[in-house]
Amino acid sequence: MQLSRALRHAPAARHVAPAAVRIGVLLAFSALGSLPGSAGVLPEDEGDVMYHRYEGGGITVQGPSVLIRKKLGDNFSVSYNYYVDIISSASIDVLLTASPYKETRTQQSGSLEYQHGKTTYSVGYIHSREPDYIADTSIFSLSQDMFGDLTTVTMSYSRGWDHVYRDIKLADGAIVNDPTFAQQVDHRTYGVGLTQVLTRNMLLSLNYQALTDQGYLQSPYREVVYLTPGVGKGWATAPQVYPGTHTSNATSADLKYYLPYRAALDFFYRYYTDTWGIGANTLQLGYTQPWRHWIFDGTLRYYRQNAANFYNDLFPRANAQNFEARDRELAAFSSYTVGVGASYEFQVPRAPWITKNTLNLRYDHLMIDYTDFHTLYNTTVIPAGGENELPLYRLDANIIQLFYSLYF
Amino acid sequence: MKHRIAGLAALLFALPLFGAVDPNSPAPDFLLNGQSGKPVALDQFKGQVVMLNFWASWCGPCRQEFPLLDDIYKKYNKLGFTMIGVNVEPDSKAANEWLKQTPVTFPILYDTDSKVSKLYGVAGMPSTVIVDRKGMVRMIHRGYKPGDEQEYLSSIRALVRE
Amino acid sequence: MRALHLLIGLAVCYALSACAPIEPWVKPYEREHLADPIMALNRDPISSEYLVHVFGTREGAHGATGSAGGGCGCN
Repeated sequence: MQLSRALRHAPAARHVAPAAVRIGVLLAFSALGSLPGSAGVLPEDEGDVMYHRYEGGGITVQGPSVLIRKKLGDNFSVSYNYYVDIISSASIDVLLTASPYKETRTQQSGSLEYQHGKTTYSVGYIHSREPDYIADTSIFSLSQDMFGDLTTVTMSYSRGWDHVYRDIKLADGAIVNDPTFAQQVDHRTYGVGLTQVLTRNMLLSLNYQALTDQGYLQSPYREVVYLTPGVGKGWATAPQVYPGTHTSNATSADLKYYLPYRAALDFFYRYYTDTWGIGANTLQLGYTQPWRHWIFDGTLRYYRQNAANFYNDLFPRANAQNFEARDRELAAFSSYTVGVGASYEFQVPRAPWITKNTLNLRYDHLMIDYTDFHTLYNTTVIPAGGENELPLYRLDANIIQLFYSLYF
Repeated sequence: MKHRIAGLAALLFALPLFGAVDPNSPAPDFLLNGQSGKPVALDQFKGQVVMLNFWASWCGPCRQEFPLLDDIYKKYNKLGFTMIGVNVEPDSKAANEWLKQTPVTFPILYDTDSKVSKLYGVAGMPSTVIVDRKGMVRMIHRGYKPGDEQEYLSSIRALVRE
Repeated sequence: MRALHLLIGLAVCYALSACAPIEPWVKPYEREHLADPIMALNRDPISSEYLVHVFGTREGAHGATGSAGGGCGCN
């Protein structure tokens, strides 16, 4: 009785989760590296320990990632990854309607690869858990080498099931789970890929992926803003309403070129569209330069997207549309990322079972310029000249990765 | 007319076999430089069973196989068997560095312009060709997976008895 | 009639993969550069997967980031 009364009177300040919503989808192929690494051979046995850190926009996300991969017999390879995101946040989304918070997301994944002749089969499973979001994903892929091992064709399928919960803050400040809120999401992806050796020095990889999501696709915490000219601050908030389905297509090309003095160039391009009206282009250039025991990497990434058709930074009035969103991920923006990395290879004496050790450091700087997301805090008042006098939000983030890899 | 068609069909089927070797055909002779820099010909080994192993330092299964090939060489050399490691790399530096770390006792020849690789139609890395005492190709094996050495051994044991 | 026999012969030939109009133009013994670790499509999966996750949580676009193939082509 006490608890339900407390829930009804939960204050405006709420616990906000990051965009955990689409994690199931985008992890479908990431976490495991479950696509076979190279033609004809199972991946090497390895162990990796990483510290990762993202800092920007008032959020710090850091944590470990541990990977182990081992061959079993001649035809099997298993891998396991343990990954944690420790989030402490006071991001602009949080500052708008909620108070700063701390949260931990833990993810475990495993995969099994089987190689038979020129074919490699792979199955994988990912389980991601945080206080208000549980995501499970299963992945299947098949890779076939053909035409004198110049061509590799890959097909993949993944299925994800998410359970979305909601935390609320009680009057006494405690954060509890809202027992009245439980939603689900269903994700499916289908992918095909072709990697072709073009010359002794050039490799081209083409990929296509279709993704569908169904269910509760929004964050239960974020809200939209609508203008209330002449009333209070000039704006008010209302709950977001997302469509219940989402279908998208992504096509990419990756070209790698070997330079005669021993270096590598990488050109990557991806085109993305979806049924929410988002179109996005991703372009990345990479340069890899080995030198003695070192390998240096530099990357430049450009990304641009237009807004979803139900996105609006500031809606003209309450209930302006059937579907309304103000998530930054759906806004129109362009982003640049500059990255540098250094990898040092060394031997460990008296340990002949270790074939190689590397110590790696990577730094990326991410800059996002939003063209239709204004900086709005809880206390902001719409200026006399109108909402367009508010500054557009700009994100600067530092991303650091420090990891040790052991090959045995 | 029928002869012409048969001839054409035979030619079509024969085309991919150019530049390859068949079991029970003579092993093509070649001349390559060895580790001492002196040229070595395959014909020098007539009368012995010869196992040609086409390898490269950048090829994982090749490196994995090498110590086993050395064991086979040491065991059967006295019975009139020789192992020849034909390195297919245009630049021998990486191969020699690797050999310094993982030395073998059998002769290494350097096919830097890929002439012999083409001559033998090497279709996978590594590739093994076993030639009998009369210079005829008796076994061709592509690739290496642990356990393949048993195939080599059964072939070698039979051939050294000839 | 002769042409028809020839075409059938070719079709059977292709079907059996006994011959191909084009031979693989990079031979297995010419893959030195492709086998170099710096030419791997995904040299450090633990790192590239983390970055896919970082961008994926902030962007609307997802997918088509995985690749398989290339390398030494051994076995």
